[in-house]
Amino acid sequence: MSDDLVGLAFVTGLLAAAVRMATPVVFAMLGEVLAERAGVLNLGIEGTMLMGAMTGFVVAIKTGSLWLGVLAAAAVGMLLGLLMAVLAVHLGLSQHVSGLGITLLSTGLAMFIYRLCFGSPTVPPTVVPFGQVAIPVLAKIPLVGPALFDQYALVYLSWALIPAVSVLLYRTKIGLRLRAVGENPFAADTAGVNVPLVRTVSLVCGGALMGVGGAFLTLAHQNMFLMDVVGGRGWIAVAMVIFGNWDPVKGALGAGLFGLLDGLQLRLQALGLAVPFHVFLIIPYVVTVLAMMSVSRKAMAPAGLLKPYRREDRGG
Amino acid sequence: MPVSEAAAAAAAGPIGSASCRPLIEMSRISKRFLDVVATRDVDFAVFPGEICALLGENGAGKTTLMNVLFGFYTADSGEIRVQGEPIATPSPKEAIRRGIQMIHQHFALVPPMSVLENVILGHETGAGPFLDLDEGLARLAALQSRFGMNLDPAARVWTLSVGEQQKVEILKALYRGARVLIMDEPTAVLVPSEIVELFKTLRTFASQGNGVVFISHKLNEVMEISSRIVVLRNGQVVASRATARTTPRELASLMVGGEVVERARRSGGGPGDPVLEISGLEASNDKGVPAVKRVDLTVRQREIVGIAGVSGNGQRELAEVVFGLRTPSGGSVTVGATRLVSGDPSSSIAAGMARIPEDRIATGLLMSLSIADNLILENHGSGEFLSFCLMDHDRIRRHGERLIHEYHIKATGPAVVAGSLSGGNLQKVILARSLSSRPRVIVAAQPTRGLDVGAAQYIHGRLFEERDRGAAIVLISEDLDEILAVSDRIVVMYEGRIVGEVPADRAARDQLGLWMSGVVG
Ligand SMILES: Nc1ncnc2c1ncn2[C@@H]1O[C@H](COP(=O)(O)OP(=O)(O)OP(=O)(O)O)[C@@H](O)[C@H]1O
Ligand SMILES: [Mg+2]
Repeated sequence: MSDDLVGLAFVTGLLAAAVRMATPVVFAMLGEVLAERAGVLNLGIEGTMLMGAMTGFVVAIKTGSLWLGVLAAAAVGMLLGLLMAVLAVHLGLSQHVSGLGITLLSTGLAMFIYRLCFGSPTVPPTVVPFGQVAIPVLAKIPLVGPALFDQYALVYLSWALIPAVSVLLYRTKIGLRLRAVGENPFAADTAGVNVPLVRTVSLVCGGALMGVGGAFLTLAHQNMFLMDVVGGRGWIAVAMVIFGNWDPVKGALGAGLFGLLDGLQLRLQALGLAVPFHVFLIIPYVVTVLAMMSVSRKAMAPAGLLKPYRREDRGG
Repeated sequence: MPVSEAAAAAAAGPIGSASCRPLIEMSRISKRFLDVVATRDVDFAVFPGEICALLGENGAGKTTLMNVLFGFYTADSGEIRVQGEPIATPSPKEAIRRGIQMIHQHFALVPPMSVLENVILGHETGAGPFLDLDEGLARLAALQSRFGMNLDPAARVWTLSVGEQQKVEILKALYRGARVLIMDEPTAVLVPSEIVELFKTLRTFASQGNGVVFISHKLNEVMEISSRIVVLRNGQVVASRATARTTPRELASLMVGGEVVERARRSGGGPGDPVLEISGLEASNDKGVPAVKRVDLTVRQREIVGIAGVSGNGQRELAEVVFGLRTPSGGSVTVGATRLVSGDPSSSIAAGMARIPEDRIATGLLMSLSIADNLILENHGSGEFLSFCLMDHDRIRRHGERLIHEYHIKATGPAVVAGSLSGGNLQKVILARSLSSRPRVIVAAQPTRGLDVGAAQYIHGRLFEERDRGAAIVLISEDLDEILAVSDRIVVMYEGRIVGEVPADRAARDQLGLWMSGVVG
């Protein structure tokens, strides 16, 4: 056991675990970046992930197709994103209240639908989860190869999405408008940009990513749905957005760091030390809080974040 | 003020000859907000080649009318035609497409983005979904050279001065191919040299067959730049005049619907003993950067000292330190024989200091409290309004009623919440509160910013009365006309220092302008 601590297999195992743990956070973080760069804090993230986890699982079992499960999770995420848009953008309600409301609603709804489908079995149903896909050549690189390039397809998808979201934000016309809407909706509006539309689309697309992040948990990371399967990863994603200063690449690095700590604490638990396992469980969260405290002082949130925008309101 | 040749020539077009077709035409525009009718059946047109000024008191409906033209507000009724063609579904997007551009009083810019990004926003260049900044860059460069501007396209907008930011707004409008440019109080934030530049740009723009709508409260500017003047009162057009055929006096009375009485400048004697003494004062701004650098200033009894300067040169911080709202890093403030405790406003109030804050809403009043409560904010603990340690609401209400009457505050009673008042009336509440304690020192920051001629004159008149009663007054203003009209002595602040000082009767506008832009000599 203690030989493993310094051994190559330990490092490889740890890296592989880190990547797996980080993936749902990366998906959700990217979704949250889209929403927040457009000026809407989506605290429905935790509930959206849970609904994605549940829907993905149920659809995969009922249809026998894991990918249909993933698509269904994305679709449910989009619906919840749309609900968030109706509340926070079109009705102009408080973003905090709308988001937390969606999370509360989803928490109840996820369990309710799961029970409708499966009742309360003593042994929860399971799926045959996604298998790893080794990338030829790369997977053979010593040490990191098996950890990084023998992963689930959804992991590779999350990697591809990081630069994709970056390009979208900084290199496309839509990205310029999205950032403008998040910084100063009044400026965007008077430049002829449809502010509610941009915010709605961002929330809907962001919701899809959150849903897929949730589905990763029940279709790849684990093979069953449990009520606490998301376990605060949505909130971690929100923290990572701030940690990454609203940049997808920096946010992904933060998510990777979180994954690494999560993987590490699992391994520490396995050492069987005479310390309650809860102590290890909280490590990633404590480090996240510490990291947030150090970086958030420099954090520059989009100036339009949290502010409902309506044209004829005073002070524009 | 001389009327420029271009302006005079343009005036001949729209007024008189019916053959000239308007660029835009608004007819019977009505717009109401809940219980306020902002504009009622307004007809308005802009002709090619003209600079049309829109005048009116605070709340007359100028901004509202222009927001309707820009499609930003939806009118309840009425029609807008662009070169004869009606706009079916008004929106900013549609207005931009038809060549109408509005530059709002609060700039519509995205501070962390570059000049170029701000200019092309909504009209991005590039193939397919991707941005091609180089293409926009070339078009921006061409525009800049045509209008004699040279902003760095890569500069982040938040690093630019207010004047430069306004240029970004103008470039934005030109980039979209504006034919009609609406500017809402564009000169309120500019230094004299920038105003000259702006006027040059507007004249060039208009001379190419375009139209400009220019909103301002400053009559001499309006006389200088415009060729035609439209006056709004209570949401209705009351007059349209060729600039060459009217006078500031006539305009002022048209705006308020009666004669505007100017108050005597001085009735009492000259300045007396020093009252307020500021020595070696130093302070930092909110970002921790030194903003006030070794400022010495003495203000005497019966004296108004005007502090001129472009916004952001330490005036706001100076006012805050003097009143005890900001802790200085060095120096002292003395009123009479009392040295004020730094960073403690209550010691300033006790020493007889009153303030008229720069930001009426953020630091002046509590918008959700009643007028009566706002009126006792700075002396609620004085015993005058207490009975057995509790607030005596009866006395507070009577106090409110008296001041509402005395200061002509337009409100139905002392129980009305401050938030429902107009800008001019908010300022009167502040004035009533600070002056009713008969202060020895008054620090007034931008006391008439955004106020119409009538309200501004009322405030100036009150300041004169206070001065003649014996108060020492510091007037901080970015409006050079106000400084020149009200002060007895003028100092200019630049980058936290006092760079020039001159008695008001010997002050020359150009000299002050030079000092304000940092040219000392
Ligand atoms: N968005 C809004 N919501 C509610 N009321 C408004 C709004 N905009 C304007 N009003 C009201 O409509 C009236 C006209 O206001 P407007 O801003 O057009 O005046 P203005 O002539 O531009 O005044 P100022 O010189 O102070 O800028 C005022 O009574 C104002 O309180
Ligand atoms: Mg206005």
